[in-house]
Amino acid sequence: MADNIKTKTEAKTKKQRIITDVALIILLAVIAGGAYFFWLFSRNAGAYAVVYIDGEEVARYPLDTNIEVTFSTYDGRSFNTLVIRDGKADVTDAGCPDRICVNMRSISFEGETITCLPNKLVVKIEGGESPGVDLP
Amino acid sequence: MKSMNEKSKSATNKGVINNKSKHKNKSKQNSQKISTKKLTELSIFTSVAMILSYVEALLPSVGVPGVKLGLANIAVIFILYRFGWREAAAVSLVRVLLVSLLFGSIPAMIYSIAGAMLSLIVMVLLKRTDTFSSVGVSVAGGVSHNAGQVATAAFMLGAKEIAYYMPVLVISGIVAGILVGLCGAALIKYVKN
Repeated sequence: MADNIKTKTEAKTKKQRIITDVALIILLAVIAGGAYFFWLFSRNAGAYAVVYIDGEEVARYPLDTNIEVTFSTYDGRSFNTLVIRDGKADVTDAGCPDRICVNMRSISFEGETITCLPNKLVVKIEGGESPGVDLP
Repeated sequence: MKSMNEKSKSATNKGVINNKSKHKNKSKQNSQKISTKKLTELSIFTSVAMILSYVEALLPSVGVPGVKLGLANIAVIFILYRFGWREAAAVSLVRVLLVSLLFGSIPAMIYSIAGAMLSLIVMVLLKRTDTFSSVGVSVAGGVSHNAGQVATAAFMLGAKEIAYYMPVLVISGIVAGILVGLCGAALIKYVKN
């Protein structure tokens, strides 16, 4: 008898917990979805692909050029190949172990990035200024 | 068979009582020795967590950095529910340190520690509120793990734009958290002693 009551109350709290779980999941998903759609509709086409290694800007290319450049890491052990074509920047080859940056999609909108954590390399799309006004 | 079950139940009850009294008087805590059984169990689950990390490293990546299952969290969740936050923190930290030293690199270790510790803090706090099941706790843990890693990456690479990945990582954290939480719940339910 006592066991029965116990399992009943347990089942009740279990049910309540599942409800709060689902509420938490929905809340997080809505926040993520909202942030994603906000970003989707507020993004602007970028003008430059800027390459940062270890937080320092090392190169800047207008997106309307077609180039292929390879960046070595400072210790010379690894590299990332950046290709700009059709207004999009993409990392097509890399010497890092996981090669996540190679698998990432090409980028063209302001604020988009391709990141290679092992090589500390970030390719970031920046925009605003018209090409020709080259910032230092 | 039944008597054995009852025996194991009473044993776990004793463990809980012991833990509680431990929390109450901290002065006694230092003198109180960790039992061999507990030490062994914690070691076993640390190695289980390490193996799960290794298995996960063997799985192919889906192309977005940070999207992963976080299988090692199954062990951490289990320890969190079975023993408490101190033990879970210890297992999690030892797991991260050893896995990074064996299979990873120092920068990877910084990301892992940041993610693991933030996720652990969030999970402990949510568990304390006693309003979520292990699935909810694990979902929050997965999402906060990703948030911790993104924040660390943004800080270390000096590119706050990395935060644009966050929506994807929140979703992947939710999915991974549900899977991990269900596994953890099954473990908590069926592993009695």
